[in-house]
Amino acid sequence: MTSDVATTPDGRGVPRRSSALRILPIELFAARRPHRLVERSVMFYRRAWMLLVSGFFEPLLYLLLVQVGFATLVGDIEVGGVSYDYALFVAPALLASSAMNGAIFDATGNVFEKLRHTKLYDTVLATPMTAADVALGEILGAVLRGTLYSIAFVFTMWVMGLVGSPLIVLAVPVCMLIAFAFAAAGMAAATFMRAWSDLEYVNAVTLPLLLFSATFYPVSSYGQWSWLVQLSPLYHGVVVVRGLNLGRLEWSMLGNLAVLVALALVGLAVTARRIERLLLR
Amino acid sequence: MHGNWRWPASLPCRTVATVPPSIITARDLRKQFGDFVAVDGIDFEVEPGESFGFLGPNGAGKTSTMRMVGCVSPITSGQLRIFDLDAASDGAAIRARMGVVPQADQLDAELTVVENLVIYGRYFDIPRAECRRRAAELLEFVQLTERADERVDPLSGGMKRRLTIARSLMSEPDLLLLDEPTTGLDPQARHILWDRLYRLKQRGVTLVLTTHYMDEAEQLCDRLVVMDQGCIVAEGSPRGLIDQYATREVLELRFVTGDVGDHDAAPAVDIAGIGDRSETLPDRTLIYAHDGEAALAEVHRRGLDPVGSLVRRSSLEDVFLRLTGRTLVD
Repeated sequence: MTSDVATTPDGRGVPRRSSALRILPIELFAARRPHRLVERSVMFYRRAWMLLVSGFFEPLLYLLLVQVGFATLVGDIEVGGVSYDYALFVAPALLASSAMNGAIFDATGNVFEKLRHTKLYDTVLATPMTAADVALGEILGAVLRGTLYSIAFVFTMWVMGLVGSPLIVLAVPVCMLIAFAFAAAGMAAATFMRAWSDLEYVNAVTLPLLLFSATFYPVSSYGQWSWLVQLSPLYHGVVVVRGLNLGRLEWSMLGNLAVLVALALVGLAVTARRIERLLLR
Repeated sequence: MHGNWRWPASLPCRTVATVPPSIITARDLRKQFGDFVAVDGIDFEVEPGESFGFLGPNGAGKTSTMRMVGCVSPITSGQLRIFDLDAASDGAAIRARMGVVPQADQLDAELTVVENLVIYGRYFDIPRAECRRRAAELLEFVQLTERADERVDPLSGGMKRRLTIARSLMSEPDLLLLDEPTTGLDPQARHILWDRLYRLKQRGVTLVLTTHYMDEAEQLCDRLVVMDQGCIVAEGSPRGLIDQYATREVLELRFVTGDVGDHDAAPAVDIAGIGDRSETLPDRTLIYAHDGEAALAEVHRRGLDPVGSLVRRSSLEDVFLRLTGRTLVD
């Protein structure tokens, strides 16, 4: 593997252009101690645990909205010839969306602050840590935080009677993948931000994703435009998490997961390269 | 102030038995950003245990040089070896043995004073218990033990800088890089800092620092290079440079207060031949002479009537003025 992938000898991971595998995020191979940044986040949240707790309320509100509002109005919904309670249909989609939202939130504003204002990454890069460690470390931190919320979300679904299949337990690792993909994409975006107002662009992307990723109704209802929905990475997360809650597993879900893996790898590679370009000039 | 302080075991203290190669060797080192040449082919060497300075005004290329030595900025061309490793290829290994005090402290505002030290040690893979032990010792060393559990933000500028120095020592570095260590600090804070750096130097830590303060260079550096516009224009010990490029004393004369335009032409003619040479600045005239008082007597004898006069020992400022025709800090 490593013979195809060139890192500079100091491990900073500048891709060798002639490499046949240059689309792979070579930065991955330059990461040695990304967990140190996760450790730093844990150190911070140990005292600022209120910040963590506040993140649990958003999904709770979503679920109440579904349970009390939509579900009673909409009634049942048909998926693949089987009729399901609408709440069972939409709750897992909200679980996937909240994994996306949490990860993006963590990886844009927080990262922008550390990159441009507190200069945390400049400090870190003066140690044996590399740009790949910074990129992977911050993304993993966002994933870890998102995992806590996903577990809480699934638990809340169970308490509210919104769990349709025990397979929903597998939604937690899937949500970790969703969080990784969107944290990577979000962090890559954060490296291009010049001011706080640029966060608006992030919202301008995530809101349509939330609304048009077959979150609230099946992809079939988009008719001839359903191919457009397929472009949304969130849609691929929704499909898998929903399948798990409805107890419907399909081989095509491997394809859905592959889309998320691809987004994660591209986001990670772009982030590491951008950090290198911005800070290691 | 620091009566009972004992040198902590974790701080470097070494005796050099055999003569190792230079800690830093730079040959024809260049740094270019697009068309802008920040460092224009410089050569220098830093020996173990030495305290080495880059003196020069803002924009001279000091920080660019420091960033290359710190292995956070790739060199454009030339050769740079640190600990006998190549900076271009062994960056992480070099950084593992180096302590860095950046110009802006860049402390972690989300963490407490002691956490700042502990997590920094963790970036070097030092075990957590060892990090805590070193952090406690270093807080003692920089006199911040009482502030250990506070946030970083409310600390004064001097305290933040001391904490940054403590942080740089967490990895027990063989080499400490300090980029303008006392810029922006009040005189008292500067002196505390100098005292701490002097102790490190006495213990054999190799210090490399940049400064645009002459007094700092004279206090801390065994040897220094004067940089201007990306080049090294002189090299030597502070005393040696002063002896070589300046006279023993300097007579400063001010003629007309307020009106700059009038005074510089007339005295330039009138003072010709007094001392070794003279420099005319916008606000004053400097006469370089072995005996400043004698020079002043001669000025008065010629009937000149300066509104102010001062005889002082010459400093690196005068060296820089001689070498570049400009003052260091304006």
